[in-house]
Amino acid sequence: MSTPTDRSVIADSLGVSAAVGLYGVSFGAIATSSGLSIWQACALSLFVFTGASQFAFVGVIGAGGSALTGALTAALLGSRNMFYGIALAPRLQLSRGGRAAAAHLVIDESTAMAITRPTLRQTRLGFFWTGLGVFTLWNLSTLVGAVAGETLGDPRTYGLDAAVGAAFLGLLWPRLTTPHARLVALAGAAVAAGLVPVTAAGAPIIIGGAVAVGLGLLWRPLGDGEPQEVSAEE
Amino acid sequence: MNIVWVGIVLSAAGCFALKLTGMSVPERVLVHPLTVRVSDLIPVGLLGALVAVQVFAEDSRFVVDARLAALGVAALLLWLRVPFLPMVVLSAAAAAALRQL
Repeated sequence: MSTPTDRSVIADSLGVSAAVGLYGVSFGAIATSSGLSIWQACALSLFVFTGASQFAFVGVIGAGGSALTGALTAALLGSRNMFYGIALAPRLQLSRGGRAAAAHLVIDESTAMAITRPTLRQTRLGFFWTGLGVFTLWNLSTLVGAVAGETLGDPRTYGLDAAVGAAFLGLLWPRLTTPHARLVALAGAAVAAGLVPVTAAGAPIIIGGAVAVGLGLLWRPLGDGEPQEVSAEE
Repeated sequence: MNIVWVGIVLSAAGCFALKLTGMSVPERVLVHPLTVRVSDLIPVGLLGALVAVQVFAEDSRFVVDARLAALGVAALLLWLRVPFLPMVVLSAAAAAALRQL
């Protein structure tokens, strides 16, 4: 593999930032049509800053679940960022203060654009240009989407309620690469759907997810199958 | 201050703590085959559950409506490798169009 130039590393990062930043529009619109205020939508993008967790939080609220269930779901989905951090820390070689500042930028895309780079310099370029690029565009587009969602009126007229399911499927899709993953996702969906009429809103998500994880471990015990590594694909 | 703000603060604190932990804790403390497996499974299981609840739940009732058709459109578009934003917009438009019928 030929060594990329600094310029091409930055260009790749900005390209990813533009693509990802754009779908902040859909997050903002879904957030306000789920009942959040514009400021709440913007606060999620500024301070939570990890897409799947943000969508999960507004999804739980929109489905009538409690804010605490929403926060728990968001944190569970955010757990993968911890493993990205483990992969990134030795590659970025930052000071203690630097790590604390950089931690907020640890997301799928900044990880993917950093850990594949051959040198320390380009790893840092990929991480910070992607992280800051996505952060900037994601927050701007969240604001645009949130204002649009608020002014559109009844979200059902525009199918915005249906857009939430599509957004979750879009986040799930790249992870469905093995039959095992597809089974785990289906199990989570089936358990959650079955629980909808019998539990409080929000509970089917947590219970469905937990049952699916448990079944996933049973179906393919540890040490079986391909070696696992921290994946940064989105 | 309403309860949603409390949820936002907790989400932000939880997500940042996870990111910072990963960046700060020595690798050998967290990397165990079981924790890695579980962390790979969590998003798959949770997102599967989230899709189902978004599509079928109406308060605490199980409902089949235009949202299911929209999910089918989304799956087709993802299979055709349509990017995220146009996929979501077209899926929403499909639900809106179906309701106009």
